[in-house]
Amino acid sequence: MELLYSLMDTLLPLEALSFTFMKNAFLAILLLTPLLGLLGTMAVNQQMAFFSDALGHSALTGIGLGIVLGVSSDLLAMLVFGVVWALLICRIKQTGAASTDTVISVFSSTSVAAGLLILSRGGSFAKYSTLLVGDVLAVTPSDLLYLLIALIAGVLLWAAMYNHLLLGSVNPSLARTRGVRTRLVECLFVVLVAVAVMLAIKWVGVMLINALLILPAAAGRNLARSSRSHAAWSVGIALVCGVAGLLSAYAWDTSAGSAIVLYAAACYFLSLAARRFVK
Amino acid sequence: MPTQSCSLCRIALDKVSVVRGGQTLLQDVSMHIHCGQLTVLIGQNGAGKTTLIRALLGELPHGGSIRHVDEHGRAVPRLRTGYVPQHLDFDKEMPVTVEDFMASAFSRRPVWTGVSRRTREKVLAALTEVNAAELLKRPLGRCSGGELQRVLLALAISPAPDLLVLDEPVSGVDQNGLKMFLDTVVRLKEQHHMAILLVSHDLNLVRQYADHVALLDKSVLVQGPPDRVFASPEFQQIFAVGASNLVSARHHGVERWSPRVSADNQEGGDA
Repeated sequence: MELLYSLMDTLLPLEALSFTFMKNAFLAILLLTPLLGLLGTMAVNQQMAFFSDALGHSALTGIGLGIVLGVSSDLLAMLVFGVVWALLICRIKQTGAASTDTVISVFSSTSVAAGLLILSRGGSFAKYSTLLVGDVLAVTPSDLLYLLIALIAGVLLWAAMYNHLLLGSVNPSLARTRGVRTRLVECLFVVLVAVAVMLAIKWVGVMLINALLILPAAAGRNLARSSRSHAAWSVGIALVCGVAGLLSAYAWDTSAGSAIVLYAAACYFLSLAARRFVK
Repeated sequence: MPTQSCSLCRIALDKVSVVRGGQTLLQDVSMHIHCGQLTVLIGQNGAGKTTLIRALLGELPHGGSIRHVDEHGRAVPRLRTGYVPQHLDFDKEMPVTVEDFMASAFSRRPVWTGVSRRTREKVLAALTEVNAAELLKRPLGRCSGGELQRVLLALAISPAPDLLVLDEPVSGVDQNGLKMFLDTVVRLKEQHHMAILLVSHDLNLVRQYADHVALLDKSVLVQGPPDRVFASPEFQQIFAVGASNLVSARHHGVERWSPRVSADNQEGGDA
């Protein structure tokens, strides 16, 4: 860790990065944004923005339930609940019983309400308000380790499932004739998104997590023609906005999450304008 | 691709039935789909055509049997199916090229990391087979209905399947594109001797291209060479009023084939 810190001092001699907590936050951004950028490409193409938004909100319920059930780790409670919740929606979506966005809306409101009900009991919600906006400056070296593991595992899984997911998203029957287990792959994808979202939420916040997943990919979509350029744009925009947002937040003394998202939003609007020249 | 020679190898359907939600969608469908022949399935909406295709693809549980039999009447355990779906339900703005799409089926390397030269050559060879090489770098959403259809055909025939299933690919594609598509299908049939099942609403084209026609209405009412089927009382009864409608229905559908227009539930129920 010390080696890494001194390396950063040499390579990035910025005043903002002279503090250890800023170094940690910087590294966290470098680990978090690429995975969200990659996953976002498919979330956007499959029109799942609303789904991932609702998924972020379910973190509140996860923590709430964790408290009720006496689970000591917030992260564990969020992860388990997020995964179960994602699979449930996936299942309902696959049976095609009701319009997907209605189902998601029902689940989303229920989970937010349940989460708030539990967390606000006894007027103690203020304790959890950092959950809403996130605090990337609170990242510790051990957090960085699990983010690194998550990044590696996430990218590997993503590499393994992407082609199958793409085929299935174009036509499930066609994908099945080529040996793709479409339902399994779909479920794996939502679980992967759920895990990535839950890991990121403490640092970015419930309110903003979805923007970080969707905005870079949405901007990249306006600029790209192929899968490869879409992934490259999305990851690039996520990284640049992440770093720029963090440094700006330091300069302006404001929340890093919101600065990052605003940069990403600016990229999206720029990409809209640039779109006609690219495509 | 190897050219197999068989005179009588076939996909044999024996008393295939599908019941869903208490409703009988198919009852005792028995027919043979021969190699080297273009078998066309006709019937009105709700007759069970899509249901039969889904049973053939192994997507629906069914009674009876579907067997792949070689020229000596021996069962072949594997049935490799190529499938050209009726429509694609994808977002037209999706930045995925024809090359990406096909490479994702041909190669394990995730296409967001790019496409290897070997895979690209494979994709190009498949596209060339259906006269669509120029589509390689085109985003999928920028292809017309006819172009998409050729891309899907290129994918379905690589590697050459035992059975090629074409699900109503005629709807919404202009006359030229349609003719080009069917000419390609006929050429493939002759070159690779594959068994081809086509679902069609266009009776004129059925007459022109089919080797064997099966008229479906929950079960096979009549089957045989096109002329015989068209002259049968069963055909007359079903299409007597509807014939002109069906032909004109196709002309209503000639505006570009839109991937977002969903028509797969037309078979009624959950078929």
